Amino acid sequence: MACAAALLGAVIPSLASPPFVPRLQEIPLRLELRGITKRFGDLVANDHIDLTVEPGEVHALLGENGAGKSTLMNQLYGLLQPDEGEIVVDGVARTFRSPRDAIAAGIGMVHQHFMLVPVFTVAENIALGAEKTRAGFLDRRRARREVLEVSERYGLPVDPDALVENLPVGAQQRVEIVKALTRDVDLLILDEPTAVLTPQETEELLEVMRGLSDAGKSIVFITHKLKEVKAIADRITVIRRGRTVAPSNHPATAHNRTEAYFSPQTSEEELASTMVGRAVSLDIDKAPAEPGREVLKISGLVVEDERGVRAVDGVDLVVRAGEVLGVAGVQGNGQTELVEALMGLREPRAGSIMVDNENLIGMSTKHILRSGIGYVPEDRSHDGLVKEFSVAENLVLDQYDRPPYGNAFRLDPGAVATAARERVEQFDIRTSSAEAAVSTLSGGNQQKVVVARELSRPLRLFIAAQPTRGVDVGSIEFIHGRIVHERDVGTAVLVISSELDEVVGLADRIAVMYRGRILAIVSPDTPREELGLLMAGITDGGTPATGSPAPGTPATGSHAPGTPATGSHAPGTPATGSHAPGTSAPGTSAPGAATPGAATGGAATGGSGAVAPGGGAAASDDDKPAAGDGAAEKGTK
Amino acid sequence: MTAVSTATAEELTAAAPARFWDRQRRLGVGVAAIGLLATVLFGALAPSETARFTLSEDAAGAALSINGQVGAIAFGVIALGAGAVLLAGLARRYQTGVLSLGILAFVLSFLCWQVAGKFLPLVDTVSGTLELAVPLILGALAGVLGERSGVVNVAIEGQFLMGAFGAALVGTMATSVWAGVLSAAVGGVLIAAILAVLAIRYLVDQVVVGIVLNLLALGVTGFLYERLMQPDAQSYNQPPKMPEWHIPGLADIPVIGPVLFDTNALVWLALILVFAIHFGLTRTRWGLRTRAVGEHPTAADTVGIRVRGLRYLNVLLGGVIAGAGGAYFTLVATGSFNKNMTSGAGFIALAALIFGRWTPFGALGAALFFGFAQKLATYLSAVGSPVPSQFLNMLPYLATIVAVAGLVGRVRAPAADGQPYIKS
Amino acid sequence: MTTDGPVGAPKIADETAADSATDAAAPGPVGAKPAHDEPGDGDTLLNRFLQNLWAANTVTVTVLSVVLALVIGAIFIIVSDPDVLSTFGYLTARPSDAFDASWTVVSDAYADLFKGAIVDPATITAWANGTGTWRQVFFPISETLTYAAPLVFTGLSVALAFRGGLFNIGGQGQAVVGTITAAMAGFFLPLPPVIHLIAALAAGLLGGALWGFVPGILKARTGAHEVIVTIMLNYTANLFLGWLILQKGVQQPGRSDAISKTVDGDAQLTSFGGELRANLGILLAVLATAVVAWLLNRSAFGFELRAVGANPPAARTAGISVARTYTLLMVTAGGLAGLGGATQVLGTAHALTPQVAGNIGFDGLLVALLGRNRPWGTLLAAILFGALRAGGNRMQSFSGISLELVTVLQALIVIFIAAPALVKAIFHLRAARSARLGASMAKGW
Repeated sequence: MACAAALLGAVIPSLASPPFVPRLQEIPLRLELRGITKRFGDLVANDHIDLTVEPGEVHALLGENGAGKSTLMNQLYGLLQPDEGEIVVDGVARTFRSPRDAIAAGIGMVHQHFMLVPVFTVAENIALGAEKTRAGFLDRRRARREVLEVSERYGLPVDPDALVENLPVGAQQRVEIVKALTRDVDLLILDEPTAVLTPQETEELLEVMRGLSDAGKSIVFITHKLKEVKAIADRITVIRRGRTVAPSNHPATAHNRTEAYFSPQTSEEELASTMVGRAVSLDIDKAPAEPGREVLKISGLVVEDERGVRAVDGVDLVVRAGEVLGVAGVQGNGQTELVEALMGLREPRAGSIMVDNENLIGMSTKHILRSGIGYVPEDRSHDGLVKEFSVAENLVLDQYDRPPYGNAFRLDPGAVATAARERVEQFDIRTSSAEAAVSTLSGGNQQKVVVARELSRPLRLFIAAQPTRGVDVGSIEFIHGRIVHERDVGTAVLVISSELDEVVGLADRIAVMYRGRILAIVSPDTPREELGLLMAGITDGGTPATGSPAPGTPATGSHAPGTPATGSHAPGTPATGSHAPGTSAPGTSAPGAATPGAATGGAATGGSGAVAPGGGAAASDDDKPAAGDGAAEKGTK
Repeated sequence: MTAVSTATAEELTAAAPARFWDRQRRLGVGVAAIGLLATVLFGALAPSETARFTLSEDAAGAALSINGQVGAIAFGVIALGAGAVLLAGLARRYQTGVLSLGILAFVLSFLCWQVAGKFLPLVDTVSGTLELAVPLILGALAGVLGERSGVVNVAIEGQFLMGAFGAALVGTMATSVWAGVLSAAVGGVLIAAILAVLAIRYLVDQVVVGIVLNLLALGVTGFLYERLMQPDAQSYNQPPKMPEWHIPGLADIPVIGPVLFDTNALVWLALILVFAIHFGLTRTRWGLRTRAVGEHPTAADTVGIRVRGLRYLNVLLGGVIAGAGGAYFTLVATGSFNKNMTSGAGFIALAALIFGRWTPFGALGAALFFGFAQKLATYLSAVGSPVPSQFLNMLPYLATIVAVAGLVGRVRAPAADGQPYIKS
Repeated sequence: MTTDGPVGAPKIADETAADSATDAAAPGPVGAKPAHDEPGDGDTLLNRFLQNLWAANTVTVTVLSVVLALVIGAIFIIVSDPDVLSTFGYLTARPSDAFDASWTVVSDAYADLFKGAIVDPATITAWANGTGTWRQVFFPISETLTYAAPLVFTGLSVALAFRGGLFNIGGQGQAVVGTITAAMAGFFLPLPPVIHLIAALAAGLLGGALWGFVPGILKARTGAHEVIVTIMLNYTANLFLGWLILQKGVQQPGRSDAISKTVDGDAQLTSFGGELRANLGILLAVLATAVVAWLLNRSAFGFELRAVGANPPAARTAGISVARTYTLLMVTAGGLAGLGGATQVLGTAHALTPQVAGNIGFDGLLVALLGRNRPWGTLLAAILFGALRAGGNRMQSFSGISLELVTVLQALIVIFIAAPALVKAIFHLRAARSARLGASMAKGW
């Protein structure tokens, strides 16, 4: 509120009530954190952190996984209490016992995992905790009105009557932001807000953030993505291992740490090395691939998600021995379902999955694992490890009933222990002992346990989904090395990652997945911008950049049905090339309708407000009739 | 959490081929099957004699009459027809109505068979159903309060017992029904308080606590019964009975009048509470917050709601209600306390809660259904029916299994039900 | 069933600060612990023993729980005794009266509890004097073991299911069905000795397994929560038993009340004779404990069920069939509970009555909790419960204290066991190194 008044005062001085102007001058800082320290047992999560945020500022908080960013913000939001230090909001020192106090002080937070009740409507979620009542009953009409008002004022379209569980993540995030804004916040904390967004949605979000900061709101933006930081932040604070890090050219001393900020002009390299604490090169050393026989061949695969929506919509892929095929794409475009179908964890609707001419469909997961396929699931805590089990037991989680570890009836604890000691050594797993519960290990070492388990038997195919998510840089390098090594011994490797850098670094060929389809298979030398557009569903066959990798990837050209993108690009879409610039604006399905030849493709994806221009999608459809039929069927329903 | 996720995973594979066999068609098969059973079996077994349904508490007075065999077959055919409609995929908008019609027709067919050559006093049946249902309603409502805010309450049985015991003891000593009801509530709250502290503060598994508290209540009331009440029933175990209030005018309405307007305060309390809790949950700030805490406590916490405080409040309120339900056993039903006198009623209340999908009106409906089954069981054994009363008494339990197995649509518990809220 | 983390662990950090929990650079808060607790530094065994004695470890908590329960039980005894209560009427005038009277009634009761459960010194004297027999000396132990035997089975049933992530509240129903099938095999099947006993036991096992199969398959196929299904099946089994006993052919000829025919002598579990009722059942129970221990820790199925119990999605991803494991687990657990029922009817009751299974299913639940879901712990817990029951009988007949007090004691012990943090708070125990104080297997419907 104070901020709104101040803003008014600035615009129309005569309206400003006198007390505000001097206050604004006296207290330039919206927020000041002084020496915040938080310990969990022996771990110091935050070590004397200082931070200031000015009104209208977008302040980025940058750090690796586990650096202590979220812990810091949870203290600011009253979810945790600092062991030491002071939180000063608008010049007043505050103690936040709970989020209630933080909200009262004008602080709002959008959490990484949304804090929305799935079975409530948008309006109910937004009203929750700040309900208006009339005669003791909830005033629903007023709640709706408030939602619509705020959503209109800040350009955040939300439907107050929709059930949250039916909304896509992008819309849920808007609900979260509206929820914070209805509470008259002056300082908004956004915790990794772009992790779940497409590049387009990210762009929209950054636009919203600019609008908020123009309206005088301060924003603390937590992220580990350097490009976004540089695009939006006014100042940058880097946190490493619980401490703020000053720029190297800045003489930061103990009594002057509040000045330890980076400007958005700082180079990405410098920010990255500051974040990690040493020079970082995520380039992966690897020799050129020597692709051999076709090991995995997926044709016309269709998989549905829990809600019966086609998550994988006619995918054709080939992975050869001795190559890494990387699947790039924003999370939630069917990658999870694709991998689950491969592993027998989800029953496909149509299509075939052949490994060395043996169909995997209908096989149990156990059988698939037994047939020489290794699998690192994307979420190690949920799917990869049994936290209560020891490291040794986790290392044989899918091998316990095979010699030498045991048979269908009994286990051989001796063999399990011996093997565990070897793996711990071999894969550099840092643990007190092989008998320690795996939950006592750090994220990186836990991931190494999963990787060690899957790579310690002869494989034909290795599938790694998000192999380095939430893992420290050292472990990332180690795991990447092992993946490349596995390729070099002749295993076919399929890597699925939403981190573009990882895919580009590891893959010999990149398949870009968008809305359940493979839009293109390109070389890792393809420019980033182009990959980004593909990930957003924009195929642009007209540019020579995509054309050129075609000869560079002879593997794809050699087999007839499996080449949706490379083959089709060159001839199919020169006409639509002109549409491409226009389609970067969201929600324009017009180009698809404009090209009559692309009618089926447009109907297939355009129904959900897709940005895919008809031309590119249609061209690839023409090339694979099976998928095209599926799409048409869906379109008519 | 884990339970839920596996359930959906398994469900997916199970449900994948079931496109044509959707819920309505599967229901249709079931209804048609029982309809066929009724037509053939009940029709064949029913003697061709008149079945009289009297509008009073005995054989006298006006009655609806029908030939038993004709009725059994006719209603069986109706049930069969309802099943066929569902199976054909017709009338999807009125699915619930058609389903209810089918089940009702099946029950009527069964009654025609059983009552043929005899009579069934309707008023007695309806009021008996309601009387048996009242403690179930109160117990299930207690469960609704706890579970909608995320605390599983398996200790309804224990709260009943403590309530019944408290009502008998204090009711006798103070020679006042109302003192009895009050102390029944206190008894229920005692158990609820232990449940709340252990589940919310000490994070003990809520089902474990519930089960153990039932045993504790059984032991404590049994022990005190043998030490105090048995030696001196006069001064400890002869509470006054709850008076029946006769509302002039309204009480003269046929069937409904004597059932609803010539009855005791607890019946009214139960019915009023159903409405109150329903509107409370859906229309008030307390209700919105309760549901939020039961579905996603962290979300509730981040908007400044005191998760644990609200859970304490709801569990304790539930204790009051379940305790009052316990009073029904001593102050209305029997007139004195006896060891383990609730004999599993708390678990039927739990079944009603689940069968009623964690909603007040659902719980009311389920409790009435279970009450009717029990009443019918007593009637049948009184008239010497060949159908064993035990099997009718199994009905609530079997119905609940069918419900949770998703054979008649899936029931979904509040997402955070049973999860302690752990914060920093 | 418990999580290893300390109660005060920063759970919120797990939740919202995902990056601090899945910590990359620094070791996690839990991970830092073991390094500290490594033995060494000239730590003597005695030192460590003393150090642990007052720490909230498993044994200390168990012992203190029993003590606390006995104290609360004593209060019940005092306040429910009108004579003693009257002495409190003039407490201020002559406090010694009140204390003496309280002490007398409580100590008498608990002395009887001990004498009925373990040994009565008087019988030893009598045996030494030649006025009594050795059988009288061992009578209390025999009673304890008699009551313990079925509880071992039902306890193991619950414990095993627990380890597989299932809460088998249906031990009662499975035991009831076990009594039915075992008894029917016992009086219907015309078989030679030994084989008849084996057949009757097998029938009990199969009956229980069948009753466990239902919730298992429903859980596996539809996700129906096993707690709800098993609760409902308990009552269904009881009602079925109530009906069955009264049927012609099953009911004892010439009786109008609810009692079945008697199990053939061949099919009864041999007892030690005379007044010693303890029978083969307890030996079978020890055997079953060993089998379950092996199954859990050394068998492939045990590995599967523990993996499924701890993290079903991870188990599924590793190729373990969760559905198959749930089904097989409930069948096994049901079979164990059925054996418990069989032990009861073949060992002591010898005929079906509506209450033939007593409360062994629910008591088995308490026994498993007390034994912390470990096989040998469950055995010990069952013996403790058997002792309480046997002693309770004597307390009832000698001191006139209702047997229900034993139920109260049992429930209280388990409440304290289940909430170790509570015991810790009451006695100001130090946080233990290894005690599992976290929330016990908390899961909802």
